[in-house]
Amino acid sequence: MSQAILRVQKISGHAGSVPGEGTQREYTVCKLIDTTTCIGCKACEVACMEWNDLPFGETVFDNTYQTMPETRWNYWNLILFNEHVREEDGSLMWLMRKNQCMHCAEPGCLAACPADGAIVQYTNGIVDFQQANCIGCGYCITGCPFDIPKMNPKTHRVFKCTLCTDRVSEGLEPACIKSCPTGCLHFGSKDDMLDLAGKRAKQLREHSNFPHAGVYDPPGVGGTGVIYVLHDATKPEIYGGLPSDPHVPWTVKLWKGPLKWLGNVAMVGGLIGLFVHYLRFGPKAREEEDINPSGGKP
Amino acid sequence: MTNGWVDMKNTDMMLIMGGNPAENHPCGFKWPVEAKRTRNAKIISVDPRFTRTSAVADLFCQIRAGTDIAFLGGVVRYAIENNRIAKDYLVNYTNAAFIVKGDFKLPADTDGVFSGFDAKSQSYDKSTWNYAGTAGGDAAHAASGSAPPAPKLPEKVEFDLTLQNPNCVFQLLRKHYSRYTPEMVERITGIPREQFLKAADLFTSIRKDGDMKKAGTIIYAVGWTQHTFGTQIIRTAAMLQLLLGNVGRAGGGVNALRGHSNIQGATDMAGIFDNLPGYLKVPTPADTSFDAWIKRITPTSSKPAPWDSFNYWGNTPKFAASYLKALFGDAATKQNGFAFDYLPKVDRNYSWVQLWDDMYNGVVKGMLAFGMNGVAIGPDSQKNIDALKKADWLVVGEIYPDETSEFWKSPGITQGEMKQIQTTVYRLPCAGFAEKDGSFTNSARWLLWKNTALPTPGDARLDQAIVAQIFLKVRELYKKDGGKFPDPILNLTWNYTVPTSPSLTEVLKEVNGKALADLEDPATKQQIKAGQQLPGFAWLKDDGTTSCGNWIYCGSFTEAGNQTARRDPSDPSNLGLHPGWGWSWPANRRVLYNRASCDADGKPWDPTRKQVWWNETTQKWVGNDVPDFKVDSKPKDHMGPFIMNPEGVGRIFAPLGAFADGPFPEHYEPIESPIDNPLHPAQTHNPVVKRFKTPDDKYATPKDGYTVVCTTYRLTELYHYWTKNNPMNVQLVPEPFVEISAQMADEMGIKGGEKVKVSSIRGEYIAKAMVTKRIKSMMIDGKKVYQIGIPIHQGYRGIKEDEGKDARTLVNLLTPTVFDPNAYTPEFKGFLVKLERA
Repeated sequence: MSQAILRVQKISGHAGSVPGEGTQREYTVCKLIDTTTCIGCKACEVACMEWNDLPFGETVFDNTYQTMPETRWNYWNLILFNEHVREEDGSLMWLMRKNQCMHCAEPGCLAACPADGAIVQYTNGIVDFQQANCIGCGYCITGCPFDIPKMNPKTHRVFKCTLCTDRVSEGLEPACIKSCPTGCLHFGSKDDMLDLAGKRAKQLREHSNFPHAGVYDPPGVGGTGVIYVLHDATKPEIYGGLPSDPHVPWTVKLWKGPLKWLGNVAMVGGLIGLFVHYLRFGPKAREEEDINPSGGKP
Repeated sequence: MTNGWVDMKNTDMMLIMGGNPAENHPCGFKWPVEAKRTRNAKIISVDPRFTRTSAVADLFCQIRAGTDIAFLGGVVRYAIENNRIAKDYLVNYTNAAFIVKGDFKLPADTDGVFSGFDAKSQSYDKSTWNYAGTAGGDAAHAASGSAPPAPKLPEKVEFDLTLQNPNCVFQLLRKHYSRYTPEMVERITGIPREQFLKAADLFTSIRKDGDMKKAGTIIYAVGWTQHTFGTQIIRTAAMLQLLLGNVGRAGGGVNALRGHSNIQGATDMAGIFDNLPGYLKVPTPADTSFDAWIKRITPTSSKPAPWDSFNYWGNTPKFAASYLKALFGDAATKQNGFAFDYLPKVDRNYSWVQLWDDMYNGVVKGMLAFGMNGVAIGPDSQKNIDALKKADWLVVGEIYPDETSEFWKSPGITQGEMKQIQTTVYRLPCAGFAEKDGSFTNSARWLLWKNTALPTPGDARLDQAIVAQIFLKVRELYKKDGGKFPDPILNLTWNYTVPTSPSLTEVLKEVNGKALADLEDPATKQQIKAGQQLPGFAWLKDDGTTSCGNWIYCGSFTEAGNQTARRDPSDPSNLGLHPGWGWSWPANRRVLYNRASCDADGKPWDPTRKQVWWNETTQKWVGNDVPDFKVDSKPKDHMGPFIMNPEGVGRIFAPLGAFADGPFPEHYEPIESPIDNPLHPAQTHNPVVKRFKTPDDKYATPKDGYTVVCTTYRLTELYHYWTKNNPMNVQLVPEPFVEISAQMADEMGIKGGEKVKVSSIRGEYIAKAMVTKRIKSMMIDGKKVYQIGIPIHQGYRGIKEDEGKDARTLVNLLTPTVFDPNAYTPEFKGFLVKLERA
């Protein structure tokens, strides 16, 4: 991925300082997906495949217009099709939601990743996988509340939407945005997109018989770099299982929070024990140990 | 389209019916979405199933395939009953006030047919379908003998501006559609009464309290045209739009979405047998001279005496003479009627279905098939395959091996049978769209030039090079051996720099036309020298001093260069006119009949959407768009805005020979229908539609066990029968499928993904079932009826087909050979099948 003008603000599995952290006042980029004007044409799917030069895969008919059941390591952008009957009046809705990496402000994948530099977050908010540093452990897959990253079973490397880092770093919009024919996709600063989304949701509430229209920007992951306008923001689940309150999984939190702390305590405790043992019993005969006092992070 | 794609952003209301633009025109669909976003415009989607368009619509009605006239007729009735009509517009700009002859009878009074029907010949004597008036009309009709001259419109039409005369068009309209009650609409279409009323109320709400500011559009595609009454469905839409005063208005109109990038251009350039380029009517054997032909096809004005009519088709002699000059150059002289004898005379129907029938019957011996896949297109693919077996030769120009060029090994043909087929097939590798330059004419009538993106691969050649070389060889043979009538071939102009591969730039220049002598406009004194390109069709002459290959394209390639290659995106009026982007016919006018966007005094109905207007100071029509009108015609002269009609006004009643099947549209059932016509059970089908008689032509009734209504359509993910050769598209939709309702699947124990067999009386189609809530069972005239839908894209040649991963059947094995009597379009959209597990 091009990193020409992108600076890193978070790095997975990394000890010490992060070069880009707090050094830039770059705004956060954001994709706005207005599901109320999406027609499920799949231009974004094709543009994603073409721009990222992804290899074709086999698909089978699965009783739906949806291309495949979920995103793949080589298929990062997938429109989910769902038939939904409205409780209010029994009318049918055919919901189409473009599904891809949400580029969370607090990315669960990055938190879960143990490999130094395999996942980074740039100062513009893009969460990007660096496959060269990936160790294929798959923890990022567990860490993602949106079930997005997928592993290539042959290379054991994990892939997902890059938010077209290479295009964005050159001042272009992502390929999916460029290809959208109806203008249901927008790209810009998070502030601008939130403003646009809020206005559209208001219009839907006031003029289109969608009293619960709203914007999806879940706080549980610190907000997302991909936001949705939904006909009914109180029921994100109807859009192919969009979580209503996504969080980084408790296992990852536990592991990266208290467990990590406990681990450090245990390790430091072990060292202290070792030292006490040394004071008390002296060195092992004819054996020198070089003890590194700094506790390594997992 | 009367309007255009970009113009849709100006609308307040959209009725999308007989089309699924979100699916099939996703790029154009940005404009309906724009109208929703910026104007809170509403979309009403009426379709046999809940579609991608319905997904973003404000209201959806599930209609039984082929019952659109009943729905629209019901809306016409609703608009009249609730006084949601544009009264001034109706009186001044349509023929609502015209009086119709007393002996004209409606189907309600004549057992389901209009007056003049002859059951034996299945055709109408249309002389009663005429206005009352003086001169023209009756005298001509009274003539005796075997071939009486065709009846004519009266020169002076009787009228009643109060619209109260019981025989005025408006009262006949009211009477005719008074039968289309919400209850009747429900019985025929299957749309519950309340749902229909919601749709009728919403669409006509733009004329609430007589307000003329708002505009509504009707958007359709081949879901309307592909019926045995397709033209009449579109007529009903046009009448409704006239009734509501929506034609000529920004955000209004009747808008056909053309399915292919250049299908509009194909029609404009006479890709149909009964037209010459620019919609000139072809000569028939009865036209014994240029003058006789011109006399027959040139209308004279017919209007209320105090009104004025431009009658623009009165210029037909200029268009025809210039066309013949373009074809035959110096060989076309005034003395020889501009070589009129060289033109083929069309003696019968040569439409698509008829051609295949002729081949089946051994009349047509060979076929040049370019840019289409005739076997897959159908209808009744098996009949087409059987017809090709009987042909001597077939030439296919294609970029992929297709079903047509491999008809001889279509599924079911045995090795032994294959040996019996004697047809010689030549397959010529052609250029793909990106390997050719030339212009596309889009649905909005905009001609847009494109450049070559890639060279042709391998031995592939440009289509025009292949056709040119065939022509030059034929001409060489005529020169050498003579022949019955070599003159048209030998004298055809062929002045291209590279005769074996004409440059399309040169062709467009030729189509635009040039001056053959020095010309001067007497009013402006503007001069054009001999040999110069013409700036527009107003310069065309009937004396042989101009040449023009297609009068409506005159102005597309002027002395200023190729106008279709212009790419100025600016839009000063912000009405989506973009006058410097490409070039639209006629005369770069973006909205047709735009005079009707103003009231009778010449002031725009809506001051926020000013298209054209009358300028008192200059005494001229001016505007943001090019006025579609005689620019110096004062409003008080009351010239009608519909300048292509001899009446000058829009036709709510279409008189005389305008249509084969009636001056008002009437609901008839598709040829294969689950019920008798509730309006008149003794006259279920369109009475003038004829059936074919070969052993391959079979038509079913519910009694034969075919009870399920089937319709066919296209998908966003695939383009016709082409992209099944492209792995990207195949990944998106890997297999053929049949959409069936959840209720039907439950009843039959079919699960999504299981294989089903769909059979019509003509053939079988096997694919996986898509069980969906988006189609529901319907109550049709008290009967429970199931409706299914099948995308058309797969066949027996393509990636999956070659891998043997699907059943290799064509959807058009199911469809019937029968067509609309006006446009000759086959009925792909509504027929009967049965469905079972495969």
